[in-house]
Amino acid sequence: MSTRIADRRPAALQAALTGFLVLWLVVAAFPFLWTLWGSFKVEGDFFSKADWVNALTGPLTQVETGGAFTGQGYWGAWVQEEFWRAALNTLIVVVCVTCISLTFGTLGGYALSRSPYRYAFWLLIVALVFRAMPPVTLVSGYLLPFFQWNLWGHLPTAIIVLVAINQPFTLWMLTSFFRNIPKDLDESAMVDGCSRFQAFRHVIIPVMWPGVITTGLFSFLLAYNDFAVTAMLLSTENQTMVPKLASFLGTTQTKGNVMFAVAAVVSTTAPLFVLVLFFQRQIVSGLTAGAVKG
Amino acid sequence: MKHRTFLWFILPSATAMVLFIALPILSVLIQSVFAPHEQVVREVENCTVFGCTMTTMVDQEATRALREAEPLGRFVGFGIYTDRNHLATSEIGAQWAASTGIGDFVNRLLNLPFYGALAFTLTYTALVTPLSIAFGFVIALSVNALPRLFRGPMIFVSLLPMIVTPLVGALILFWMVDARGILGAALQAVAGDPTLSVLASTPLMWTMLIVYGVWSSAPFAFVVYYAGLQTVPQDTLESAMIDGATRWHRIRYVVLPHLLPLTTFMALIKIMDNFRVFEPIVSFNAAAHAQSLSYFIYSDLGGETRLLSSAAATSVLTILGVVVLLSPVLVRTWRSFGRGVA
Repeated sequence: MSTRIADRRPAALQAALTGFLVLWLVVAAFPFLWTLWGSFKVEGDFFSKADWVNALTGPLTQVETGGAFTGQGYWGAWVQEEFWRAALNTLIVVVCVTCISLTFGTLGGYALSRSPYRYAFWLLIVALVFRAMPPVTLVSGYLLPFFQWNLWGHLPTAIIVLVAINQPFTLWMLTSFFRNIPKDLDESAMVDGCSRFQAFRHVIIPVMWPGVITTGLFSFLLAYNDFAVTAMLLSTENQTMVPKLASFLGTTQTKGNVMFAVAAVVSTTAPLFVLVLFFQRQIVSGLTAGAVKG
Repeated sequence: MKHRTFLWFILPSATAMVLFIALPILSVLIQSVFAPHEQVVREVENCTVFGCTMTTMVDQEATRALREAEPLGRFVGFGIYTDRNHLATSEIGAQWAASTGIGDFVNRLLNLPFYGALAFTLTYTALVTPLSIAFGFVIALSVNALPRLFRGPMIFVSLLPMIVTPLVGALILFWMVDARGILGAALQAVAGDPTLSVLASTPLMWTMLIVYGVWSSAPFAFVVYYAGLQTVPQDTLESAMIDGATRWHRIRYVVLPHLLPLTTFMALIKIMDNFRVFEPIVSFNAAAHAQSLSYFIYSDLGGETRLLSSAAATSVLTILGVVVLLSPVLVRTWRSFGRGVA
């Protein structure tokens, strides 16, 4: 690979590019490492008025707890403030949203990819407009009806709303994915006497998993990262992790327990790290899928 | 595919979108022309030994009954759109008359909440979109120059700012630029001003939000460009070299044209995403200095008094903004479809 003529670079250019990359590496990774390290300190060290080096060495942590590291923030967040409940809610929401949106999305995306008519195309354009709308604009439409019909505050409500908000994106991803599966495959099954649904069931489903997994990852991320919908539509006891975390900022900052929020931030980020670690290839291919084809 | 089969396949997805996207838009439209009921006021005659006086009092019972009977409120037409918190038509006229020049007028205009939010949202979109795309392109070029061994880990690290929950990512940066955090301390040292705080200054806050925007969206541009760079035709590059093209020429005349379709695609996605900027303002606690349209709606909806009508009017205006932003794309697809190319 490095023998390609076009790839040879003068040493100075190579050095400049490498230097830039090292800088970007620090910019991208350092904030996470800093927060991870600091989450095991006390507030006086993480937010040190005297000297920022305290956040690394932690003299106050030594004085207050007797050790260089403390789990106080985590204990306070997970046990005292019941962050585990929010984590459980997040798990329920994320799993349900991903499964339901994929089921709806594969059916819809398959139909859109196989329909030659105009309305299929316009449906995709409408979905694009829906995709562009900020979710919070829809939330103001939900509140009044949901209050009237007593739907507000429950997990299933948030789940179905997130599924709907997720649909435009899922449809786009899966349609472009299904277009890459040759039409001959399911059409020959139909020539052999399968109905359209049987062809989908026996021929398409076995080969669709790579695309579904990639789309599923993004559905997962959307549900996991959502703040606008979950913050406005869930009651306090049903809160998921992100709104719960935001509520730490409101209530506990005054009590001097901002470390709960720091611990919660690290806890929320950890699963995403693992996700990227295992599914890096799928995430990259998903990001580029729509783009490279143009 | 037959119309009937198509209908059955698309039904679950379409139902979800109609019920929870199309109908809410309708609901927002309706709410935006209704205002909450005023309190019902009753005149009561208060008689004492000194004579009788008429006093007015709020009839709680009747107010509640009225609000329950008509939860939408009373019809006010475009009243909410034109009030001070939205398009502020009468205020603009007054400000125009009172202002001393265009600059002064713009300043006064930006003090109106809706125009302030609109200005920040547009500035954010207009700056973050090109900056993050350019930054991502440079990262992609640099990573492409790395030995293959280092590319995987590099991509892993680069994905982090993008994949992390926006609220969380913004908080992490916010804690670092806090006056007591490492970046805040560094800023104070550089500026030589120990009282400097990002939280207290509007220009610094805007800069910080834009820095966050670039930090979190450059990885997307990087990944897309990196994939695009793998498909640049090597033959064209080499023949360009034989023809005496310099490195810069090759980037300018071979690589960039090859990546142009990707850039349009990315700009579209990024404009949509940046226009809805919301979470960083919550994380940075920046509402005093910078509000976006999404945050404006959110703050109306939250709190004890849910200002549903006001939020609905802002939502309608925001959706109109989205449609205007997307209109070039929509018009282009319309035309290309008319020619039967789509």
